[in-house]
Amino acid sequence: MNTVTFTIIAIFTLTFALAAATNPRLMHAALSFAVMFVGIAAFFFLLGAEFVGLVQIFVYVGAVAVLIVFTILLTRRDPEKTRGFNWGGVVIAIAVFVGLVWAILKSTSVSIAPPVIKALTVKQIGMALMGSYVWPLLCVGVLLTAALIGALILVLEDKRQ
Amino acid sequence: MARSVDQIFIHAKEWLLSPLAGRAPDWLIQIASSLINIAAVLGVFLTLFALISVLERKILGRMQNRYGPNRVGPFGLLQPVADGIKMLIKEDIVPARADKVVHFLAPIVVAAAAILALGVIPYGRNMTPFVIDGGILFFFAVGSTTELAVFMAGWGSNNKFSMLGAMRAIAQMISYELPLIITVLPVVMVVGSLNPDKIVFAQKYYSFGFVPHWFVFTPWGATAFILFFVSGLVESNRTPFDVPEGESEIVAGHMTEYSGFKYATFFMAEYLGMFAVSGLAVTLFLGGWHAPLPWFAFIPSYVWFFAKLSILLFVFIWIRGTLPRVRVDQMMNFAWKFMLPMAFTCLVSAAVWHYAGRRLSGWLWSFAVVAIVYFGLSLFLDTGKKFTPRTYRFAE
Repeated sequence: MNTVTFTIIAIFTLTFALAAATNPRLMHAALSFAVMFVGIAAFFFLLGAEFVGLVQIFVYVGAVAVLIVFTILLTRRDPEKTRGFNWGGVVIAIAVFVGLVWAILKSTSVSIAPPVIKALTVKQIGMALMGSYVWPLLCVGVLLTAALIGALILVLEDKRQ
Repeated sequence: MARSVDQIFIHAKEWLLSPLAGRAPDWLIQIASSLINIAAVLGVFLTLFALISVLERKILGRMQNRYGPNRVGPFGLLQPVADGIKMLIKEDIVPARADKVVHFLAPIVVAAAAILALGVIPYGRNMTPFVIDGGILFFFAVGSTTELAVFMAGWGSNNKFSMLGAMRAIAQMISYELPLIITVLPVVMVVGSLNPDKIVFAQKYYSFGFVPHWFVFTPWGATAFILFFVSGLVESNRTPFDVPEGESEIVAGHMTEYSGFKYATFFMAEYLGMFAVSGLAVTLFLGGWHAPLPWFAFIPSYVWFFAKLSILLFVFIWIRGTLPRVRVDQMMNFAWKFMLPMAFTCLVSAAVWHYAGRRLSGWLWSFAVVAIVYFGLSLFLDTGKKFTPRTYRFAE
């Protein structure tokens, strides 16, 4: 059952990832990208990490995809224009892929016995975030606040002129 | 007796599933059970949509001193049937330069998001269609995809009014999503769970035997409820915040290029979104399906849920009949300068209430926090603003 589900989700995700990479119309590519995120969220659900899956949808489909779409809209003069094929991107993608595969193959495989996946409750995640991971969390918070203030300053500067 | 009436729908579902039990594999039973839940949610809420569409026109008519629809069927109650047939046989126009796929998908995504969000709300004792540990998070995660769908509608139509409307819609949705979510946090904090069922259970006791422990009766809860309701008005594009489809400025916003059944789908999604937000408000602040007084507990739980839901829906319609549309900049200012600080205040106030012992003293301290911030904000936001006679530069 799980293998079947995994295959279906994998095909779904890969299809939309490919569409995002190859679709000549930029806006369609961006929307395929958003659908691909839903596929990745489905993976998290399959693994029992429902909180992470929901956050994946919340952050990536709800915020990052909207951000990408707006960036396209605000920076391109003609977003409808079809784009060319980016060979540099292909080279980088293949390099990253080969690197990852090499790393995976090199790592010694541990026992394959299927681990019992316990659904992680939100409480456990909260405990972890507020306990052992509180400093990284605070650092990310400071970083995001800095970004927010930076964005505000950019807008203010614009107004004064 | 009261118990079995309360669980009548659960028993009905068990009865429907009984031919499968023991014979079919587990996954088949699970799928059948899910399908029954989906059919029930769709059936109930599409009927409610049909009802509320005619009731809204009747109530608005009453408020505006006219009759409203009264020709089709008794009291005009069959009006939605006529409307539905009209919408179905209308011509479906797609603009020649439209992005066909995106234009087609947008209404579907909007409606799907609204229906999914309805799935996690507990409608009665043991009556949550989709039980999930992070139910509240699911609600907002699904709701956040609406923004992308609205953008798809605006972009796919290839029309300046659609695009402007979509931009406005996304701007206001993102701005008001913050207070909407932050006002939910105090409830989650106090209950210690993101599970809607547990939130409802946390509100089941009564003080002195008759004051229900609903969160709306605490100072932070009342503030959060009002903020949540206002944000809900914005998120479901209802008057006075229906700026994205302000017909006097941008025709119908992102729905300009939609006709026939696609337009009806948007319309339906708007109402389903309204049901979802009201349902969540009932769950979080109004005690879910619990009776307001312990002596009325014999009335089935789902009756109470839908009674509370109807009251909230009536308020939605009432507001639509009373208030004029606000301007975009006023709405944005309100979101960032008033709603957001107040939402954070709720968080602090809930913490004060919790650590002061959840008793009368905690109640008063919590009230003091809300009151101080409220008056502070009103002083701070109003400084030096005097009302002078308005000058018109162009329209005189």
